[in-house]
Amino acid sequence: MSLKGKAAAIGIGELKPFKTPGREIALELMARVAAEAVADAGLEKGDIDGFFTCVPFSDPGWLYPASAAEFLGLHPRMLNIVDTGGAAPAGMFWRAAAAIDAGLCNAVLCVIADLNREPEHRLSPFSVQREFEAPYGNIGPNCSYAMIAQRHMFEYGTRPEHLAKIAVDQRTNALKNPLALFNDRPLTIEDVLSSRLIVDPLHLYDIVSPCAGGAAFVVASRDIARRAKHPPVWLLGAGEHCHHSSITYAPSITSSPVQAAAQTAFGQAGVTHQEIDFVSLYDCYTITVLVSIEDAGFCKKGQGGPFVMEHSLTYEGDFPCNTHGGQLSFGQPGLAGGMSHVTEAIRQLMGRGGERQVKDAALGFVNCNGGVMSEQTSLILERKS
Amino acid sequence: MSATEYAKPLPKPSPMSEPFWEAARRHELWLQRCADCGQFVFYPRPQCPNCWSAKLEWKQASGRGRIYSYTVVRRATHRAFTEPYVLAIVELEEGARMTTNIEATPEQVRVGMPVSVFFDDVTPDRTLVKFKPA
Ligand SMILES: [Zn+2]
Repeated sequence: MSLKGKAAAIGIGELKPFKTPGREIALELMARVAAEAVADAGLEKGDIDGFFTCVPFSDPGWLYPASAAEFLGLHPRMLNIVDTGGAAPAGMFWRAAAAIDAGLCNAVLCVIADLNREPEHRLSPFSVQREFEAPYGNIGPNCSYAMIAQRHMFEYGTRPEHLAKIAVDQRTNALKNPLALFNDRPLTIEDVLSSRLIVDPLHLYDIVSPCAGGAAFVVASRDIARRAKHPPVWLLGAGEHCHHSSITYAPSITSSPVQAAAQTAFGQAGVTHQEIDFVSLYDCYTITVLVSIEDAGFCKKGQGGPFVMEHSLTYEGDFPCNTHGGQLSFGQPGLAGGMSHVTEAIRQLMGRGGERQVKDAALGFVNCNGGVMSEQTSLILERKS
Repeated sequence: MSATEYAKPLPKPSPMSEPFWEAARRHELWLQRCADCGQFVFYPRPQCPNCWSAKLEWKQASGRGRIYSYTVVRRATHRAFTEPYVLAIVELEEGARMTTNIEATPEQVRVGMPVSVFFDDVTPDRTLVKFKPA
């Protein structure tokens, strides 16, 4: 089955991420971006007949899609959570297209909102991570991404300045994004390398900053997309892959399931890497971007370091990457973190990138990443000329 | 609560994983090995993740391995941990990998470094499996 050209994104809504003591609830933020995305699509609430969301870290509840749909006053014919962590936004996109292609619904609202407030014990008391990793102090993703970076440096000679370059170029992009959390001053490689070491070899500026926020997008059928307010952004190809949850049990920690996900997406879309105008790559850490560039096939395995030094990742560069600043500069609103990679790709392809618009952007590659390079979902999106 | 009470997370074994933790209390490292495909399996499971055979046997491991990767944690995400500490993935001689701590200074640790197991009796009834430079 191919999803090529079966559905398109037609509207987006996004909050500027913010730091908060957390007195809001995630549903309040969700309502704001949901309304914004549906209006942006030129639709009414009643047109939404499919609904995908995620259970926020800040509000771990049961039967969440129904609670959220009730809060929003939606009456969907298909509802679910997509529980693939940071990969969920891209995962929602192709699942929405599949549901539309199957005739189950016509307009799917995909929305995630979260706060920078986590419950005390996110790990289930019976989880493998709780039993075999937490006792040694592997709690949260920092250590695991650091170990990926360390091993990448050992296998391929990658250097801390290679990782820093990613944060620096993305910051240049964020300076042109009014919605970015960190858009007040540029960053230099020296700034990154002189920031505090948190988990060797990752510095403070190699790591996202938790915040609150949310975003939404609407995926619609061909019929609805043709009547949309903005140019529809068509799904050309999608791929998803997973081979581990914890990196300790991954076949390799430097080669990720992005390889298989991207290969599937490119195969389905029938386009080449050279045709891609910009990429939007999940960036919880700088190393995530480096590994994703390699594994998606934009350079040879292990050459990500030299690649980012030789290319400009800015919106005016020869390899525009995370033109909204990436989560490193835009902010990571909890489980909604991956959303900005999808909304920015849609924005660029609609020609609504403002000062950071990639010239003649017609084809974008998106990769969203869950866990520790665990769940991977790649999308190829197109604006038809 | 006494001030010296162990405040880091402790494993809560299930019947499936109890043999591993019981062996650790005896200061021995035991792993499951698949009788059908020969693969060593860590963490404990009811069936081999490689071939789905249910014929898993407990075998004593050599306790030798190499550091597959590591990090020096300079800012911990759990208040009970004292920074800096070395967190690592060790690849055992038998092929299985496990998350652990390395008892060494941050300057000593290298990817690929040979390490050997030791057993840290962190509470009267719980022992963690850790490694030090061989
Ligand atoms: Zn087997």
